[in-house]
Amino acid sequence: MKKVNWIVVIAGALVGLAAVLLTALGNPANMGFCIACFLRDIAGACSLHGAAKVQYVRPEIIGLVLGSFIMALIKGEFRAKGGSSPATRFVLGAFVMIGALAFLGCPLRMVIRLGGGDLNALVALIGFTIGIFIGVQFMKRGFSLRRNYTLGVTEGTILPALMLGLLILVVAVPSLFKFSEAGPGSKFAPFFAALGIALVVGALAQRSRLCMVGGIRDGIMFGDFKLLYGFVAIFAVVLVGNIITGHFNLGFSGQPVAHSDHVWNLLGMLLVGWGSVLLGGCPLRQLILAGEGNSDSTVTVFGMITGAAFAHNFGLAGVAASADAAGGVPTAGRIAVVIGIVFVLAISLLNMPKKADA
Amino acid sequence: MIDARGLVCPMPVAMVQKEVKANAPKEVEVMVDDQCAVENITRYATNAGYAVSVDKEGTDYRLTLKK
Repeated sequence: MKKVNWIVVIAGALVGLAAVLLTALGNPANMGFCIACFLRDIAGACSLHGAAKVQYVRPEIIGLVLGSFIMALIKGEFRAKGGSSPATRFVLGAFVMIGALAFLGCPLRMVIRLGGGDLNALVALIGFTIGIFIGVQFMKRGFSLRRNYTLGVTEGTILPALMLGLLILVVAVPSLFKFSEAGPGSKFAPFFAALGIALVVGALAQRSRLCMVGGIRDGIMFGDFKLLYGFVAIFAVVLVGNIITGHFNLGFSGQPVAHSDHVWNLLGMLLVGWGSVLLGGCPLRQLILAGEGNSDSTVTVFGMITGAAFAHNFGLAGVAASADAAGGVPTAGRIAVVIGIVFVLAISLLNMPKKADA
Repeated sequence: MIDARGLVCPMPVAMVQKEVKANAPKEVEVMVDDQCAVENITRYATNAGYAVSVDKEGTDYRLTLKK
């Protein structure tokens, strides 16, 4: 048991270190990793959306999936499975992405931003925790998206294969893709360094079962804080790294790629927390599970990419504050977050066990 | 016997927790098909005072929890 706990702490610490390193190497500030932002950037690079400032094939996503895939194969844990309400998961994934892009970060980036002193992420953490708490109430009462089933090997390797294909294409034929010339999409660590770091992180995350949602969820449901240690380890290492490198800035304003639209930071991450509990894991965990062969998580990732494309094609995403403007979540984005919350409520209620006939 | 095969976390542990809280059984068997579920149930059950043994059956795992 202690061995399992230490694996999570070590994994969390190394993820934190990787995040600090990736920012030092060129990723946007307080964004060493962001599953939401990076899937959104890949969507843009593939012309699924036209937001010019967020288009880049992030090798971190490729590395996380392939790192998990390789570790799962090595440990004999690769299992092709799926069939657990995939269409529902697709839409849940899309709304989780919409919630995350309202806040301008996935749960992992939320922890990284906290480590940078960004108090907007504290507001988000409150919303995230509330969302998880609500989701847990449904789980305790029997919520289920039904079981998955063993499937053919090809089904389980779809996302690893697509990531490998994307890697080959971006290296061999980069002209196929869009690359931002300004904005967050133009800031990136050297491609192969980021890929290598992400491969290691993906492998560690698979081995340790690291999950930002699981930490809080399991604490509430079972009094089990194993995964939360990983969450805290990431925060602690990022905090120390930022203090050492002089990038710690405590406060709400002047934070990189962030805004202080508090209500919508809270509600956006409430949607992420609740949706992620129903899905069985945060966006990072979905990438890792997809690498292990879980095609339900693959479908969830497809949903997240689609949600990212919608967010930028329809002006739903949060706008970062700048010297000229406070930024925040546009009206369309607020409506989308509310629709998302209504959707997760409906899914929660409609997937409860039926009472036995009298 | 609790059949938690095909369910992703935290469902398998939630099912075991429900049984333990409702009936406080001296012994319970759980079937899962996921190594992550084996680890999570082992941790939960050990903390709840059960001794846990795990047998691999093909691609599935049978956990026996005994007090």
